[in-house]
Amino acid sequence: MTATDTALVPDADLLASPRGADHLDLLESHAIFVLREVAAESERPVLLFSGGKDSAILLHLALKAFRPGRFPFPVMHVDTGHNFPEALAFRDARVAELGEELIVARVQDSIDRGRVVDPGPGQSRNRLQAVTLLDALAEHRFDAAIGGARRDEDKARAKERVLSFRDAFGQWDPKRQRPELWRLYQGRVLPGEHVRAFPLSDWTELDVWRYIEREGVELPSIYFAHRRAVVERDGMLLALGEWVAPTESERVETTSVRFRTVGDATCTGAVRSEAGTVAEVIAEVASARTSERGATRADDRFSETAMEDRKREGYF
Amino acid sequence: MAPVAPPGAPSTTDGTGIDLLRFAAIGSVDDGKSTLIGRLLFDTRQLADDQLEAVSAASKRRGVSEIDLSFVTDGLRAERDQGITIDVAYRYAATPTRKFIIADCPGHVQYTANMATGASTADLALVVVDVTKGLREQTRRHVCIAALLGVDQLVVAANKMDLVDWEPGPYEAVRTEVAALAARLGIGSCTVVPVSALHGDNVVAPSDLAPYYDGPTVLAALEAAPAGAWSAVHGHHVGTAARLPVQWVLRNGSARSYAGIVDGGPLRVGDKVMVLPSGRRSTVSIVRTYDGSLESAPVGMSVSVELDDDIDVDRGDLIATTDDPPMVTSDLEATVCWFGPHPLSAGARYRVKHTTRVAPARVIEVVARLDVNDLALVGTAELADNEIGVVRLTTGTPLAVDPYTTNRVTGSFVLVDEATNATLAACMVGRPPLAGEPGGG
Repeated sequence: MTATDTALVPDADLLASPRGADHLDLLESHAIFVLREVAAESERPVLLFSGGKDSAILLHLALKAFRPGRFPFPVMHVDTGHNFPEALAFRDARVAELGEELIVARVQDSIDRGRVVDPGPGQSRNRLQAVTLLDALAEHRFDAAIGGARRDEDKARAKERVLSFRDAFGQWDPKRQRPELWRLYQGRVLPGEHVRAFPLSDWTELDVWRYIEREGVELPSIYFAHRRAVVERDGMLLALGEWVAPTESERVETTSVRFRTVGDATCTGAVRSEAGTVAEVIAEVASARTSERGATRADDRFSETAMEDRKREGYF
Repeated sequence: MAPVAPPGAPSTTDGTGIDLLRFAAIGSVDDGKSTLIGRLLFDTRQLADDQLEAVSAASKRRGVSEIDLSFVTDGLRAERDQGITIDVAYRYAATPTRKFIIADCPGHVQYTANMATGASTADLALVVVDVTKGLREQTRRHVCIAALLGVDQLVVAANKMDLVDWEPGPYEAVRTEVAALAARLGIGSCTVVPVSALHGDNVVAPSDLAPYYDGPTVLAALEAAPAGAWSAVHGHHVGTAARLPVQWVLRNGSARSYAGIVDGGPLRVGDKVMVLPSGRRSTVSIVRTYDGSLESAPVGMSVSVELDDDIDVDRGDLIATTDDPPMVTSDLEATVCWFGPHPLSAGARYRVKHTTRVAPARVIEVVARLDVNDLALVGTAELADNEIGVVRLTTGTPLAVDPYTTNRVTGSFVLVDEATNATLAACMVGRPPLAGEPGGG
């Protein structure tokens, strides 16, 4: 449904509700506000889209913020080259359906240009993305990058502003963040600097899934239970594929799994799951004893402050 | 008290009807804010197993024998190494009917700007006071800033009761001091709970160590507090005077609609409005979201509106109902929390961001400084870092403002450094709303 073809229908529920809007209404409204502020205050914003669930919600919110107009920014994927085919197909289909511009910034290009060193076959390129991202921001002169990161994902992200300042080297300095008062988001920067904007800052994993259910947001199929050949490595279930092969000592099993996050395929773990529908996923997430990234991201296990260290370098 | 749900348990109503309470944990350094938040999350089972393991491992690595719950929110390397909170950590908790957004604020004076960041969006402040030390200047500063920011509900944790053997005297002393401070600041509700964050008494589980106390636990007080208080500063307004600061102009063919968040009161089709600062008048013809048209949009909703007349409306303009409109002025008197590296003084030039409008501004006069100990305004020529005062400014374009005590959105603005874009001050239109005599705290 677009804003132009609807009849004048009073929303009885909203009018009748004595307590006003519920928490999803408030989170949605705030996220739309952030998108509009960034679009208005930045010279050249860009929306980061990986094909994952959080960025799928960002696209959905961008529709709500800017239709019937076009998005006031292009959509950019920082591509490690280690993709789940389902996520890539979803990315292309979704952007084509919306008729918006897609930029793909490839880690492989950064490797070919000698900007970063290829960690080798089967090794995660997650950390290299920061260089590719910063190069792409510089190349296109983007001064605001809108991302789907949430504060509940990690203790370093829990500290970050909704509009988070990056210096001319792309660095985040957690000890010198701009005060962020009320909803007075302040996105102005000097040439070469930029801000990261996180409209989903206050959303939890459960909020995300409830919103997906409420809005009928489409997702790549790998978010739902399917049978897949996996190996258990460092306590994580890694999907076998083009970039992950079992070592001699590893036992391959084919079992019902789904992904809680979608990232570099070499370091994104699956979880054992029978949840085939959004409602089943919500029930599973609500009772999970492991956090989203704890269950699924090998890259956060290097050290106690792995995310903080990556973020200082310019990571999402 | 509602039963505590496991982490983010689904509500009885499938996630609908859950309300939202934002609160900020404030108070002086080392009084135990982070430990209390850690305890609250731990005892309500909001922490995942891997998060607990990580906190436990970090505690061991730093030679702490028991699990140090402050590490739940102190996530930066420097914070853990120094054992302090540097910047606000946001954490989330859920019961079947309420989502909590928790801002764990730093206590040090030098990080007051970060504390104000956390408190500026809060419906409620959870004040942590070490009963062995009483109400310190920094606690007073925090409560004062929270009150100036419009926080009208306090839950006070009189913490470290285990260190005074749960004697009623120290608790009573804190309670009396806090009550006087709250009264002077015009704070509507204030509950003081004797707790031990370290051992968990009266945080989530009621304790029988304080037989003289029959009030709620910290969690019960948080669950009972009204949500959505943010938009109802000191219980004022939430009436009819709608405001829509225009963020963005949406075009559809020749039609233009103006997008933003509704504030002040519901905005309805048929409302007579004026566009400020120009003062041009029109009538709201359409209120809508992407999902369809509405007869009325409540406070807090992102919408776009069309007007009957084809008049000039841009980002930065304010659409307001014609009854009880805001004041349009270039001369502002405001209560200012100053965070700049250099003192604020007359003649200095800054950029103002007010609602969605940006304008140049000059300081005419620093009128007074607020002494946070006796809550009196004292004459001064400048404000130093982390001081609060009353300042007169003039702006390069007129702004449509309300007093902060009646509207947090149209009554607030920030000062920005024109050279570096750093945010230097939180400003509230009007003088500090102090009640009673100075020194009453």
